[in-house]
Amino acid sequence: MTTTKEPMQVSFTDGCLTVCPAGEIDHHSARAMREEIDRQLFTNKPRLFVLSLSHIRFMDSSGLGLILGRLAVCRRFHCPMRLTDAGERMLKIFRMAGLQRMQDLQIDGLTKEETK
Amino acid sequence: MKKATNEIKLKLPALSINEGACRAMIAAFCAQVDPNIEELADIKCAVSEAVTNCIVHAYGGRGGIIYITVGIYEGRLIRIEIRDRGCGIADVKEAMQPLFTTDSTGERSGMGFSVMESFMSGLRVHSTVGRGTRVSMWKQLS
Repeated sequence: MTTTKEPMQVSFTDGCLTVCPAGEIDHHSARAMREEIDRQLFTNKPRLFVLSLSHIRFMDSSGLGLILGRLAVCRRFHCPMRLTDAGERMLKIFRMAGLQRMQDLQIDGLTKEETK
Repeated sequence: MKKATNEIKLKLPALSINEGACRAMIAAFCAQVDPNIEELADIKCAVSEAVTNCIVHAYGGRGGIIYITVGIYEGRLIRIEIRDRGCGIADVKEAMQPLFTTDSTGERSGMGFSVMESFMSGLRVHSTVGRGTRVSMWKQLS
């Protein structure tokens, strides 16, 4: 359930912003996550943005929208983005959308050569 | 199709806060036929996509009613129908294309129908402009 906002872990070290949201990512929860992540991005203007999905229990395609939106923000700062700790189901959605082909987005668990 | 051996009907306001509740209620109902964790996660994800479409696209965030029927059939088959009385889809084939979205904010991926198709055993979408959309999907459990 997404009625309770779960805490988001944030760290900023040596130009690298790491954000670790928790809970479920759906259309409802994505809004608050987006606002908090963007606040961190605009405040810190990192040289690398790492989004850890280790504490995400559920994600639908709204998570994909959240990622694509943050990638667009990162591009304003010429900041590459990296996704870590995605589960198999998330990787399947990423593959379906062709995220592995984006040059400024690194996804742990997916190689750039993957086309499926 | 044969009569369901068990069936629930849900009628919910098209509010985003209900997305999690829909997933949880449908997953709890489906649990009686003992799906594996992967199958249950597939169903939850597909339901979430369809319900989000009702809220975001059919009713444009202005609210309305979402009608859901979940049936369990002989042979471990689950059928889910999610229906709205929203704006309808003019070109269903186009709307079902991967990455197709009418959203201009860059925050929607346009992968909703693709996820439903991928995670369920079958998907059928029927829509009439001005009348609404009915998404029928089914999952054959192992």
